[in-house]
Amino acid sequence: MTDLLIIGAGPAGIAAAVTAAEQGASVTVIDDNHAPGGQIWRGEFHGKPWYDRFQKVKLNIISDARVIAVHGNAVVIEQGAAARTIHWNKVILATGARELFLPFPGWTLPGVTGVGGLQALVKSGLVIRNKRVAVAGSGPLLLAAAAYLRAKGADLVMIAEQVPTAALMRFGMELRKHPKKLKQAAALQLQLLGVPYVRDCYVEHATGKGKLETLQFRQGSKTFTEEVDYAAIAYGFTPETELAAAFGCEILAHGVWVDKRQQTSIQNVYCAGESTGIGGVDVALLEGELAGLAACRKPTKHLLPLLAREQHFASLLNQTFSPRPGLKHLCTADTIVCRCEDVTYQVLRQQPDSRTAKLQTRCGMGPCQGRICGPANTFLFGWEQGSVRPPILPARMATLALSMTQETSS
Amino acid sequence: MRAVIIGAGIVGAACAYELQREGFQVTVCDPGVIGGGATAAGMGHLAVMDDSPAQFALTSYSQALWRELAEELPPTAEILPCGSLWIAADAEEMAEVHRKFAYYSERGIPVEVLDSQQLAEAEPHLRPGMAGGLLMSADGVCYPPCAAEWLLRSVSVIRARVVRLAEGEVTLDRGSRLEADVIIVANGTAAVDLFPDLPLAPRKGHLLITDRYPGWLRHQLIELGYLKSAHSTTADSVAFNAQPRATGQILIGSSRQFGAVNGEIDPPMLARMLQRAFEYMPGLAQLASIRTWTGFRAATPDKLPVIGHAPGYSTVYLATGHEGLGISTSLATAKLLADQLMNRESRIPREPYLPGRSYSHD
Repeated sequence: MTDLLIIGAGPAGIAAAVTAAEQGASVTVIDDNHAPGGQIWRGEFHGKPWYDRFQKVKLNIISDARVIAVHGNAVVIEQGAAARTIHWNKVILATGARELFLPFPGWTLPGVTGVGGLQALVKSGLVIRNKRVAVAGSGPLLLAAAAYLRAKGADLVMIAEQVPTAALMRFGMELRKHPKKLKQAAALQLQLLGVPYVRDCYVEHATGKGKLETLQFRQGSKTFTEEVDYAAIAYGFTPETELAAAFGCEILAHGVWVDKRQQTSIQNVYCAGESTGIGGVDVALLEGELAGLAACRKPTKHLLPLLAREQHFASLLNQTFSPRPGLKHLCTADTIVCRCEDVTYQVLRQQPDSRTAKLQTRCGMGPCQGRICGPANTFLFGWEQGSVRPPILPARMATLALSMTQETSS
Repeated sequence: MRAVIIGAGIVGAACAYELQREGFQVTVCDPGVIGGGATAAGMGHLAVMDDSPAQFALTSYSQALWRELAEELPPTAEILPCGSLWIAADAEEMAEVHRKFAYYSERGIPVEVLDSQQLAEAEPHLRPGMAGGLLMSADGVCYPPCAAEWLLRSVSVIRARVVRLAEGEVTLDRGSRLEADVIIVANGTAAVDLFPDLPLAPRKGHLLITDRYPGWLRHQLIELGYLKSAHSTTADSVAFNAQPRATGQILIGSSRQFGAVNGEIDPPMLARMLQRAFEYMPGLAQLASIRTWTGFRAATPDKLPVIGHAPGYSTVYLATGHEGLGISTSLATAKLLADQLMNRESRIPREPYLPGRSYSHD
């Protein structure tokens, strides 16, 4: 039995774990990565905010582990070939977000990746030096990822931001109210000096024989092509809410519902960071700290003004960088939307609702459990995403069987 | 002649298809999507079974109909002629293999007895030391929601619940009424909403599907103990049943529960079901599962469907109570009803399935 279980060791999970441990709680952290840091600090947690405090506290960290099932106050995790049950008094869900992919012709070609996705590939050994790379989609991650890739030697062809120029200008004006962010943006711009940042521009299709060779971009009424080796494309993020759903928490369109103390609709189940709504690393850290304090029954009011300020910035981001409706019309008849089951746009377009689409085409029924095509279909067709049942993530049947017998003993 | 069919599952769809071919103008009503109930939840067996002579007659007739239809069905219906292998764990079950072999051979069903070694060669992932098996090579599996959708492709389907039934007329939940010369109630367990006296009980089942492992499993496998557990009409039970799917995935069942009303996964039941599967195929434990779900079979006390005139009506017919064999027996069900409507003789006797029967079971 652990006092406090934290699921996810990205910024929110780290802040929550450190804060609660500093308050004397016995804390267990489960993370699906090899080392703490989440997607954003993958392999680079050292030197980041909270790192020193993290080093000083005692935490029980279970890495490379995934939560497969939730039963009452227990979770069943799979770690390699082993499975075990962990009981908790309070839990903080800090599962973060995944990139939002919107399908377009050629998006399944090898060489087309997510923005954070390409970064992760490089961190795990992909050699990007002297490769021609285009970064496209939407949001500040494009700049951060481009700077990273450039530092690793990539030949950055361009950064294409789908947001129209006027909206970016308005965002720039508002940015002045957030000097810290302005400074970060300026630093990134400096690192990206000489790389074209093209506004009001998006990838219309990708072509190549067996792998990506050419990207066609659209900017207003004109189109142009670029020869590239890699295209890193994503339209921001979508919150990971599947685990919260398995806990029975109320989920809203933007993420998991929480109160002012980060508690979800289920008592003793807290949620912090991107899964409560896309807000970026600073919101995640604050929400994590808040959740850590709240779970230890400590006051949290002092953090609320800071959080409000960060959330203002987050809502500004979300308003500015939401995908434009025109992106709904990129797919051609034979563009694959559901990659697990090879379901094309043509087939999906004829389906009256998501349930029929699932049954008749098996869209979303593959091993990604609809995590990739689900948000795309919400954007394309307005379909609701499916329910969550065990296994929350694909798991060995032995783990699932174990998870099912645990409930009776808990 | 107009027909209204209540229920867009495989049985309703088969009836709609058949009646349309007889020249009826058919409308199907269902509050959910096509094939969204037990049809979507089930395994999609196309199997011949011999629990009773009437079950054998219906399943073997229907299997022949599926074989004819298979040539017309689109690839999405995923007809996979994988055959069924009944697994005998011990000598007692092997005796049952020989009994079944004799029964089916006499009746012209292609069937083969496998000894312990032949069984192991046929399915290398089975636990060693099984007594043997019975191969029914004409059995197969399909993907029922797409089969139902194809059967209904030129039929008018209304997304509405029928809340009231009268002679020659149904009332929909939205208030409107539909007149018909023939009304067929083919909505599975929900038929009791319209016919509270029907001896029909929902029997909950669990299923699990794996990631893709092409070639890992070659036949539909069913433990002979299945007969013992599926025979019980009261106790909760599990039995090993696994199917290869056209996608390379493996579908694993089965569980049977009476009295369960909510569709949530019942963890102890699912655990029992999986443990049973591991007993037969230990390697399954290491394969990745991607989804689990539940569904409700419409079960009758004598394990036979209810097909024919509804008691007290002249225009209303029943086609429900197919338990776990709704996909297998849907096409024959539709033929029997069409024959009755057209005053024709049927290929098999209709009496065992008539709604007014005694429903006594052994």
